[in-house]
Amino acid sequence: MESKLNLNPRLIDSARSAAKNIAEDVQNFIDKNTTVAVERTVARLMGVDGVDEIDKPLPNVLIDAIKEGGGLSRGAAFWIGNAMVNTGKTPQEIAEMVSSGEIEITKLPIADENKIMEAVYETARQTVERIKNNRAKRDEYLNTLGEGRRPYLYVIVATGNIYEDVLQAQAAAKQGADIIAVIRTTAQSLLDYVPYGPTTEGFGGTYATQENFRIMRKALDEVSVELGRYIRLCNYCSGLCMPEIAAMGALERLDVMLNDALYGILFRDINMQRTLVDQFFSRIINGFAGIIINTGEDNYLTTADAYEEAHTVLASQFINEQFALKAGIPEEQMGLGHAFEMNPMLENGFLYELAQAQMAREIFPKAPLKYMPPTKYMTGNIFRGHLQDAMFNFISIWTHQGIQLLGMPTEAIHTPHLHDRMLSIENAQYIFNNARDIGNDIEFKKDGIIQKRAQEVLAKAEELLKEIEREGIFSTIEKGKFGGVKRSFTGGKGLEGVVEKDEKYFNPFIDLMLGGAR
Amino acid sequence: MMENIQKVDLTKIKPYGDTLNDGMVQMSFTLPVPYGDEANEAAKQLAEKMGFDDPAVVFSKDLGVGYTYFILYGKCTHTVDYTSIEVPKVDMEFMDREEVEEYIKKYIKRDVVIVGACTGTDAHTVGIDAIMNMKGFDGNYGLERYKGINAINMGSQVPNEELIAKAIEVKADAILVSQVVTQKDVHITNLTQLVEMVEAEGIRDKIILVCGGPRIDHELAQELGYDAGFGRGSYANHVATFVVKQIVERNLI
Ligand code: B12
Repeated sequence: MESKLNLNPRLIDSARSAAKNIAEDVQNFIDKNTTVAVERTVARLMGVDGVDEIDKPLPNVLIDAIKEGGGLSRGAAFWIGNAMVNTGKTPQEIAEMVSSGEIEITKLPIADENKIMEAVYETARQTVERIKNNRAKRDEYLNTLGEGRRPYLYVIVATGNIYEDVLQAQAAAKQGADIIAVIRTTAQSLLDYVPYGPTTEGFGGTYATQENFRIMRKALDEVSVELGRYIRLCNYCSGLCMPEIAAMGALERLDVMLNDALYGILFRDINMQRTLVDQFFSRIINGFAGIIINTGEDNYLTTADAYEEAHTVLASQFINEQFALKAGIPEEQMGLGHAFEMNPMLENGFLYELAQAQMAREIFPKAPLKYMPPTKYMTGNIFRGHLQDAMFNFISIWTHQGIQLLGMPTEAIHTPHLHDRMLSIENAQYIFNNARDIGNDIEFKKDGIIQKRAQEVLAKAEELLKEIEREGIFSTIEKGKFGGVKRSFTGGKGLEGVVEKDEKYFNPFIDLMLGGAR
Repeated sequence: MMENIQKVDLTKIKPYGDTLNDGMVQMSFTLPVPYGDEANEAAKQLAEKMGFDDPAVVFSKDLGVGYTYFILYGKCTHTVDYTSIEVPKVDMEFMDREEVEEYIKKYIKRDVVIVGACTGTDAHTVGIDAIMNMKGFDGNYGLERYKGINAINMGSQVPNEELIAKAIEVKADAILVSQVVTQKDVHITNLTQLVEMVEAEGIRDKIILVCGGPRIDHELAQELGYDAGFGRGSYANHVATFVVKQIVERNLI
């Protein structure tokens, strides 16, 4: 693509290479550690599911037992494999035996290493196969039914009740939505376990559980067939259970996952060591499952000013891109995030937004960019809000964004009502159709406001990335460079769940999914 | 001509479209019935029951799952007596920052300690930061900036227990609570719990309790047992004025 913004390719390269070094530096840290969430994910992928009599998920029961027995640094796979060889039982049965106190998993005699490996890999391969089949099933739907045109229309449902969500989701699909995101309930990201079964009570969203995933995917498959258009399902792979959610999503054929490397640290006060280790494994799973990840740069602009801090969004996109590459996610699955969050009273604000959206498009040409609507400056004036959303839609079609999270006129008031979604879809469809090829026809004036703005943001982002490269990401976050939020290396939630790996540690799924043939 | 224009009767007001007392209201809603003539009729009848004369469905649309959306106009038949309205609000002249600082120096003569947090599972920090942090909001500095105020912002997702423990530890004069998420009335449960815990600790009469957030108003706050509530468009100086005046009035110096 020819640059309409006259961006300096050397600056882009320099920014990218700084981001690469930043990610590499962190990767050294990640490779040395594991977490309780990573190990629970291994247990889940080996087939452990269900809850005990006090509703504690069996993956937690099992991993807590291994941790208490001092065995976590070897990885859950080793202990599960050893128990399989010792007892001849399945991982699920073993988890049940641990739960009932029948066995102490770290006290069993250590079996022959080859036998353990064999048992582990045989089980792991079955799961990997299932995920591959899910991927094939999605491709089949896409090939036979087809899909909506880009930018995909993305809407959220958030009733708290999965069955009510189904109704809202099917309605939205019929109104024209391409992606349905089931927003999670407020408290979930800080739970160090994933709830079990179908749920009907949540605040501002619905619990992410494997059963809820299944219920919604089934409902969307039905409506996809009815409409002759594949409807994608999205959930939130963030919080203290990042990789577990990724595993559940891969098993139930989710299509899109919110999955940011830094979001949990900055916006949920989750410990940075914990999140960075967790995000790596979660992204390996998402990448392998063909899931499009959405990064959360838009959030910076809710706590920091969108005009002043635009370069932090770009810097974070570069970093997210490099972390994603490390985890084997191809560019086509990187829904890098940004947002239309400038103060609507800013003179020429539209031009700046346009410049930034076009800039993201040019710098990440293959990524299905995820564009977020105005939220911060939405007010109770739903009529002006509808206009703000229209301006946002106009930029999206103009700059070829990939995924359009539709703004709701009622953003400042409540989670969307049935007709709010219809009005927003209508708004986007009208503008997308009416201005479909505007981006191909219109160029920007040399050294005009738009070109200059993009160049300035790129230059500042490059500078910031080089600074982070010198300092390291940990201390950058400690200094509050992203979103103006400061977090300490040992502060926040979940640090107690980080464990240094033993040299004999192994995780079969990293081998099979990251190294394995796609 | 002028004498033909009616005068407003404040004891009987009703909506205005383009003529006084025409009662014109625009509204929109969804009914769980399939799109069609019967749906339009249902919307019209419902509007009549709501007290609208001549309701007109000017637009309706199929929402896809046997539900229909409507936009309607109707003439409101009810009136309200504006002259008898009383709204509980924090009724005082707000001082600006310098005045508050002066007031503390003159009447309280020590540092005022204020602890704040966004409590429960609520992760919204922008509101409480706007009130408490140095930078403030919309060009109005936050409490941290005030000489004579020791402002401790605990951030978001703070359990009520921790907030109270902190308040006791630092001998706070006031606790500021922010609640932004209100779905299914989580904020009510959360705010009520805090008041109960403060009472159980036996410190209710020694402390000033203030809550705030976009869906909070003074009336609600008082109902829940708070001394004051602040909604949208509040600034640090409003809260500061309220707190310092309360300290003096309630003799908490
Ligand atoms: C920014 C934002 C976020 C950011 C928050 C970042 C952060 N660190 O704060 C992020 C993206 C993280 C976020 C997350 C969520 N959000 Co949010 N968010 C918003 C948004 C866009 C703006 C809020 C804001 O910052 N306003 C600006 C501040 C300055 O205004 P304010 O809070 O009203 O504060 C002023 C006054 O109210 C008052 N005030 C506030 N607190 C206090 C306290 C005291 C003591 C006093 C005196 C005064 C006072 O003074 C302030 C200055 O005037 C609103 C939508 C909107 N436009 O309002 C949704 C909104 C508030 N969020 C909402 C929801 C549902 C969520 C989620 C639950 C979604 C989910 N399921 O994940 C999560 C929350 C998770 C959690 N655990 O809480 C809903 C709430 C619906 C409801 N009524 O319950 C809204 C309305 C959006 C929507 N339509 O769905 N959100």
